[in-house]
Amino acid sequence: MAPTVPSAAKSASPSQPSGKSEVADLKQQLRQLAGSRAPDADDQRRDVFKRVISCMTAGIDVSAAFGEMVLCSATSDVVTKKMCYLYVGAHARAHPDLALLTINFLQRDCRDQDPTIRGLALRSLCSLRVPNLVEYLVTPLTTGLKDPSAYVRMIAAVGAAKLYHISATACIDADLPASLKALMLSDPDAQVVANCLHALQEIWTLEAANSEAAAREIETLYSKPVVFYLLNKIKEFSEWAQCIVLELASKFLPSDNNEIFDIMNLLEDRLQHANGAVVLATIKVFLHLTMSMTDVHQQVYERIKAPLLTLVGAGSPEQSYSVLCHLHLLVMRAPMLFSSDYKSFYCQFSDPSYVKKLKLEMLTAIANESNTYEIVTELCEYAGNVDVPIARESIRAVGKIALQQYDVNAIVDRLLQFLEMDKDYVTAETLVLVKDLLRKYPQWSHDCIAVVGNISSKNIQEPKGKAALIWMLGEYSQDMHDAPYILESLVENWDEEHSPEVRLHLLTAVMKCFFKRPPETQKALGATLAAGLSDTHQDVHDRALFYYRLLQYNPNVAERVVNPPKQAVSVFADTQSSEIKDRIFDEFNSLSVVYQKPSYMFTDKEHRGPFEYSEDLTSLTVGAEDPENVISAQRYQENDNDLLLSTSDKEDNGTRASNGSSTSTYNAPSDLISPSLIGSQTPAETSLINTGGPTHSSQSNFSLDDLLGLGVTEAPAPPPPALTLNSKPVLDPGTFQRKWGQLALALSQECSLSPQGAAALMNPQSLIRHMQSNYIQCIASGGQPPNYKFFFYAQKDGATAFFLVECIVNTASAKAQLKIKADDGAAVEAFSTLFQSALSKFGLS
Amino acid sequence: MISQFFVLSQRGDHIVFRDYRGEVPKGSAEIFFRKVKFWNDDEAEEAPPVFNVDGVNYIHVKVAGLFFVVTTMVNVSPSLLLELLQRIARVTKDYLGVLNEDSLRKNFILVYELLDEVIDFGYPQTTSTEVLKSYIFNEPIMVDAGRLPPLGPAAMFMQGTKRMPGTAVTKSVVATEPGGKKREEIFVDIIERISVTFSSSGYILTSEIDGTIQMKSYLTGNPEIRLALNEDLSIGRTGSSYDYRSSSGGGTVILDDCNFHESVHLDSFDIDRTLTLIPPDGEFPVMNYRMTQEFKPPFRVTALIEEAGPSRAEVLLKIRADFSANATANTITVQMPVPSYTMRASFELEAGAVGQTTDFKEGSRRLEWNLKKIVGGSEHTLRAKLTFSQESHGNITKEAGPVNMNFTIPMYNASKLQVRYLQIAKKSKAYNPYRWVRYVTQANSYVARL
Repeated sequence: MAPTVPSAAKSASPSQPSGKSEVADLKQQLRQLAGSRAPDADDQRRDVFKRVISCMTAGIDVSAAFGEMVLCSATSDVVTKKMCYLYVGAHARAHPDLALLTINFLQRDCRDQDPTIRGLALRSLCSLRVPNLVEYLVTPLTTGLKDPSAYVRMIAAVGAAKLYHISATACIDADLPASLKALMLSDPDAQVVANCLHALQEIWTLEAANSEAAAREIETLYSKPVVFYLLNKIKEFSEWAQCIVLELASKFLPSDNNEIFDIMNLLEDRLQHANGAVVLATIKVFLHLTMSMTDVHQQVYERIKAPLLTLVGAGSPEQSYSVLCHLHLLVMRAPMLFSSDYKSFYCQFSDPSYVKKLKLEMLTAIANESNTYEIVTELCEYAGNVDVPIARESIRAVGKIALQQYDVNAIVDRLLQFLEMDKDYVTAETLVLVKDLLRKYPQWSHDCIAVVGNISSKNIQEPKGKAALIWMLGEYSQDMHDAPYILESLVENWDEEHSPEVRLHLLTAVMKCFFKRPPETQKALGATLAAGLSDTHQDVHDRALFYYRLLQYNPNVAERVVNPPKQAVSVFADTQSSEIKDRIFDEFNSLSVVYQKPSYMFTDKEHRGPFEYSEDLTSLTVGAEDPENVISAQRYQENDNDLLLSTSDKEDNGTRASNGSSTSTYNAPSDLISPSLIGSQTPAETSLINTGGPTHSSQSNFSLDDLLGLGVTEAPAPPPPALTLNSKPVLDPGTFQRKWGQLALALSQECSLSPQGAAALMNPQSLIRHMQSNYIQCIASGGQPPNYKFFFYAQKDGATAFFLVECIVNTASAKAQLKIKADDGAAVEAFSTLFQSALSKFGLS
Repeated sequence: MISQFFVLSQRGDHIVFRDYRGEVPKGSAEIFFRKVKFWNDDEAEEAPPVFNVDGVNYIHVKVAGLFFVVTTMVNVSPSLLLELLQRIARVTKDYLGVLNEDSLRKNFILVYELLDEVIDFGYPQTTSTEVLKSYIFNEPIMVDAGRLPPLGPAAMFMQGTKRMPGTAVTKSVVATEPGGKKREEIFVDIIERISVTFSSSGYILTSEIDGTIQMKSYLTGNPEIRLALNEDLSIGRTGSSYDYRSSSGGGTVILDDCNFHESVHLDSFDIDRTLTLIPPDGEFPVMNYRMTQEFKPPFRVTALIEEAGPSRAEVLLKIRADFSANATANTITVQMPVPSYTMRASFELEAGAVGQTTDFKEGSRRLEWNLKKIVGGSEHTLRAKLTFSQESHGNITKEAGPVNMNFTIPMYNASKLQVRYLQIAKKSKAYNPYRWVRYVTQANSYVARL
């Protein structure tokens, strides 16, 4: 009877020394129990199993006891059975041969009379995750899907997804997806339906990578019959299943406004649900459905405010946090709509710091003429807070409000009062802010300088604060009587200054001061340059050398470099591009909102979830070289790293461009300006910046208005462009990709589709055909509703120059984002007009 | 799609650990624990409930000093997972009666059993205690509720945690009692967390009540229940918010907004403010509400700090209980940050003070004043003398405060929301279960500025 299990083979896996003897002991006991018919054998087995699970939980490697566990598994005691299944499920993968031993009793249990046992066995059977046992899974699964008990069917539905992960072919060959789909649309039990939906989404999303049919199946999930069928049953679902149905509905593209209002009326009471997840999922549906109706969209904001605030107040701090993150997103998109709710965002004593930070940002965003006084008063209270990070954030918030406000007067006074508080970090933060304020409102310099001049640089320890003070000393040395002497004393302590940032600022400040008050500064300048030249920090050394040679070459030129006439900074640039913000908004009710990053920045492509818009080339269809053949579905296998369309690349381009402009706009040494601040100096530079972000929102508003009036057809058509395109250009994907990588972004723009066009865009092919008729060829396309991505190209007639276009279409908002690159930059504008006119005509013919 | 679920103790021990999809690399629990412990060492910030390490998303809630955690590789809804974690904790509590490290360790097999049914392959299934009953075979092992007071309306809420008080009902929903007979009873708790900020002149700057009507039913046969609230209750304020000062006084209760549990039928709510429901087993919130209408704060707090010589100051703290003498607040804590250069503090309690303690927390430079209880209508004062390590410069009121207060007042609610009656559909004449309707008010953020 004694089992002869080759246990030596398992010793390879490292286990803690303490665990080793424990496991050996357990094995011993299990062996004794294996054949025992003693009356209390069941109880003993329970106890030993419990100890095994306990070890497993603690992280001790108990896989060595696998054989013994299996031998003991023949029991009718359900509790013991469950423990055994739990153990086997966790370790079967490492012991495929031994796992085979469990198949027998699992299969037998799958045919048990008791549905609970059947379900249990089926769940465990599918959880083994052993590829060579797949053959034993299919039959119980197919029977399970037809089981009279809903409990078993619900487990079988998830089991199908499990099988797909073990062996996709086995799952597809057994035609399980078709059974799941049938069950989803007919089963009376809501949880079975929900699990079918889960399983289908998972299977088809993964399958879509290599099957056109699966991609079409996904589209049918978003189709009206399926979505309405599920929505009509919404109240039968558990709250968790409601969430997935709502998520599905948020991707649905209604064909007319009646459908939109039907859905919204149906779901209205979901906004009163006590479960925050249901409320947020409902809000997502509302927001996405109304994207094309500006005024209704705004009503939705008004409607969801109260439920969201209630959720913030109810529940645990963690639950509030997640809701608050979503509120934060909405506040940032439409601060005006929340301006009267500012008191809801005051920090409470018990709020954790991660909540306080969000609230401070919201308060900053919603400050306007009517509430600034109250908000700033409140923020000033936090500045003395014992919680130092929050105190700092509060001061920064006051500064930001000052930068965006009209009545700066009062705020500047408060900032200056901060300086009197005489707390290290308060002073440092305030100095940084005063510096920024002066760059925007030079007219305040007299008031500020008077106060700043009284601050002893010795009391400031933090490099950022010190650097700001030094900058002001240099910049306003003509108004600050002591400036040269303060700078001189700072230079004397050059060696004790650890921060290279501060030393760089000191170099520049002394230079500036020198040109304003030469006799008083000359000595300090000499000392500074000498110190800088012998500095070990490369940048400091280089800058000192540069100044030195510049002075040698021509002091007048040096003065122009160091002290150019400055204009006030009008706008400090947003740190996040509006494209990213829109992407996060598209991913409402997901982790993206909490992280404030779109999903491609923190997840692998295979984990983006069933609904995420695909960003990867591998999922795009690429047309063959022959433009006649574009529609043929030829797969283009592409390495992820080849960056035809990696978004990070786009972002890089974007930030590079803005960084470039930030250094060129403000003629001070580049490091004086933090990269996030862009000042616009000259008209040319303004337009350079405008191509990026700021104009974006106004444009999108415009397009929304347009849509609302449905005036697209009446809208004056752009004048016929002079540019003509080659009717049959030839470009192979490889060349396209190379060009895309090499060429700089010539134009980035947002434009709108006609509502008819957005509705007609059920699959990429329709648009591809349409654009082809305008001599614009598609080289790659992909995506799922509502987001499609295309790469087009066209060639100027009679020339070799190509235009390359990346076009991201969101059919829900009927908007398209264009990125155009061109061999011939001069014709870009004309091409863009042509392209947009072609796009806007889509769906109208 | 949840990859793993685990519960960790405060020391990072695994209490339960369940892997649903086998896709997260080993050691996730350790990675999580290290990250949470040392989130931002120098700034002493708390880790947010949701974070990402190397592509793995960690979502956690803290319940009863334990970490309930899920990991996922997918960009899922954070609210769904956070709600689910809270729900798992609640279902577990329904089963075990008491939720703490001890009870979890004793019943970890039962918890595994629950987890198997609650989540399958990372997809949430059911969290209804009632549905789960038929699939759970383990009997809960009861832990000694220990010092917990016996059941009864007055003894409740003694040990409530600050944010979400657990009711004092510490018996399992499923376990049969020693006598073999289940006591038929139902608890309805009106729990309010109030936030008030007083300006330095004692004027109320902001006030808010976040309330929950929580129910826990031990009734067999799931009878229908009618819960009647104030007849003049109105919901949703018209016009711009926060201009309530003009509209106050009428005595009507105006809620800004509320939400309801799934089981609640609102058919007659608009007519007579009655909620109808068939309560599921276990504890659940019937209704959550929020109110910013002006209300009478239960305590008036006055705080003064004055210089008394070159490196000394005197502090005077005064609290007045502005509620009826029938109610008594308990576990009151008053905290006041003092200037960072404070070296020593000496306290002077009022004459005949009972059950009061004081402390100067040197590390966080805070005065702490604890009172066991305060009877409605009474007033208490504390004087403290501070000694500074340096001469104070400037305005010391800017360097001290704000005063923060924590308390619990059983059988009192600030909003005046009432349960007029609790009606249970009768099965027979003899059927008369125990009904407990209990009120409690707690401080969420009760702050007086200097």
